[in-house]
Amino acid sequence: MAEHVVAFSSRNQGSDVYDFSRQDRTLISALLMFGYFMIFLGVIAGLLQVLDRVGWFNVMPVVYYQLLTAHGIVLALVFTTYFIVAYTLAGVAKTTGGSLLPAARSFGWASFGVMTAGVITAIVEVVSNRATVLYTFYAPMGASAAFYIGLALLVVGSWLGGIAVFIQYGRWRRAHPGQRSPLFAFMAVATFILWIVATLGVAVEVVFLLIPWALGWTETVNVMLSRALFWYFGHPLVYFWLLPVYIIWYISLPKLIGSHVFSDSLARLAFILLLIFSLPVGFHHELTEPGIAEGWKYLQVGLTLAVVFPSMMTAFAVVGTMEQAGRKKGGKGLLAWMAKLPWGDARFLGMFVAMLAFIPVGATGIINASFQLNQVVHNTLFVVGHFHLAIATTTVLTFFAASFYLIPALTGRVWTANMNRLGIIQVLLWGGGMIIMALSMYINGLLGEPRRTSFTTYMDHPVRETWTTYHVWMSIGGILAFLGGILFLVIVANLFFFGKKAKEKVEFPVADTVEDVQATPAILERWSVWVPVMIGLVLVAYAVPTWQMIAHSPPGMPPIQTW
Amino acid sequence: MHIHRYEKIWLTLGAMILFAFFVILGLYGFIAGFTPPSHMEIVDAQTVRTTPPFDKPGLYKVGENEYEAVMLGFSFGFSPNELSVPKGATVHFIVTTPDVVHGMFIPNTNVNMMLIPGHVNRYTHTFDKPGEYLILCHEYCGIGHQAMFATLTVTDDVT
Repeated sequence: MAEHVVAFSSRNQGSDVYDFSRQDRTLISALLMFGYFMIFLGVIAGLLQVLDRVGWFNVMPVVYYQLLTAHGIVLALVFTTYFIVAYTLAGVAKTTGGSLLPAARSFGWASFGVMTAGVITAIVEVVSNRATVLYTFYAPMGASAAFYIGLALLVVGSWLGGIAVFIQYGRWRRAHPGQRSPLFAFMAVATFILWIVATLGVAVEVVFLLIPWALGWTETVNVMLSRALFWYFGHPLVYFWLLPVYIIWYISLPKLIGSHVFSDSLARLAFILLLIFSLPVGFHHELTEPGIAEGWKYLQVGLTLAVVFPSMMTAFAVVGTMEQAGRKKGGKGLLAWMAKLPWGDARFLGMFVAMLAFIPVGATGIINASFQLNQVVHNTLFVVGHFHLAIATTTVLTFFAASFYLIPALTGRVWTANMNRLGIIQVLLWGGGMIIMALSMYINGLLGEPRRTSFTTYMDHPVRETWTTYHVWMSIGGILAFLGGILFLVIVANLFFFGKKAKEKVEFPVADTVEDVQATPAILERWSVWVPVMIGLVLVAYAVPTWQMIAHSPPGMPPIQTW
Repeated sequence: MHIHRYEKIWLTLGAMILFAFFVILGLYGFIAGFTPPSHMEIVDAQTVRTTPPFDKPGLYKVGENEYEAVMLGFSFGFSPNELSVPKGATVHFIVTTPDVVHGMFIPNTNVNMMLIPGHVNRYTHTFDKPGEYLILCHEYCGIGHQAMFATLTVTDDVT
């Protein structure tokens, strides 16, 4: 309490240690803490799964599938969403006036409340074995209505967070007519436009198809339609994770390593392209399914390849900004400048490992999306390896590294040398563990091991025996990553509650733009152009095949409980 | 909007490679005929067990070392669950499910399909190497998912 008073009085003297107002700090901290608690639940579930697969510690099959459902929901859906809402609110507060408007803050709290009510409901249903349907909840497996309602609340709550970002951005635009907005705010708006348009699919699936069906108001469900709606959301979901990662790489990474934003206009162009191309791609998850004609699958394969392009722009910008930093510190040669980068800074190291992991993610993503190659890997552990590098390594490690500067900026505590040492160990455990686990998964996938399957020997089938070696490596990687996860939570607890208090302002790092931002073409900020383009492309890719799923559908299915 | 010369080269090459991928996938798909399983036939899943041909699942010889495997994947197994064909046999798999979503995957081959209630899926494969192949379900389908499999033996016999 005493510290609080000190902090408050020092603010009045103009030497506040905080970058954010007290109310904003409370909101952002609440979102983050709930998210980090999900990490705790998720890594326990993950550890038990990997130990079951190898056969070192077997749980009952139904428990394995409950753990798998929980692992997917709390990590892929809940942690990411809470962190992204928290991070974007922090960034727009910082870059559009220094604090959140009261209306934006209210929407932020409403977002927290609605999402949390939904998450708790969904977790209770999973633990009670009323919703052991995995995080994709494919019909006609029928979970309880409460489970679907919980997920719907999570989605609606996240929209409220997006509205908070829009309010903040809208006010800035009105106050600065004709000017380019701050890059962070622009990117946060793009992220939430993508998210809202993408989640409309899953919201329609859950609210109009699954909830009435689970409550018995409708007898049957159109299975293919429900799957198409899910995957219309399911792949852009990946970009909802990735866009904030790019925000961190484009805007905060340069500040941490002593450089500047590589190119304001190209960063905006990359985000516009991501916005347009990341939506009409869901069929690449459904390539081996009946009921969708080849031509429509092929069109979406092409659009999936197109979305690689803005990621290549990002790769160039990120390496470019690192080279600028290295050369500014006197680095020379073709690659020797790399030695000048701050390798001993866990925040940089975490992001660098995240980027390194993203190279195989891109390559194997193209394999997964390729019309024919997918035939070899679909629903095998290869896919699981791919997304454990994509989300659990690239995305989550970047979010971990960002936590190392965001939490100190909220709590006014110092990122000390000791904390940094723990941070480096944390990055190596988590990053190294995930990479070992994911590579083993890639290999076992190619050897034919299916995903989403509890311990089995298929009656000692010889094919199964070829998987044993890499099960051991998967487990070693999983255990290392688990330790890294726990260590992360130890660091988080320190940064929130126990770390050394700062005497100077702890800044949320936002890099400068050296070029003239006003030279960025105005068209890049005209949402009234890009949102219709985005929706138009969705209609081109989806309208006819979706109409076919409705008009040319088999009799629907009642809910079936097979667990 | 300034774009660095190296970035222009990087992006141009990248775009060309991506476009080449797209064209190659299309040529393989629509000229060579290697498209993913996308069969459009529909059935009533709730009565499929009594609907031909799925009322009599099994392996049927349709030509010179050529077979149709009419199969049901259900919670939790395949019918039939043991198949045997001679080396070099071409097998046309015709499959569906009477209940939830399942998968059908034969490791070390390209046979990889989703089974969706109400839809029939098809895929053709020629088994040139003798041995015992595992047919497994690769989509979570409930508490017995890990026990859902069948075997296909390719014998050394010459037809």
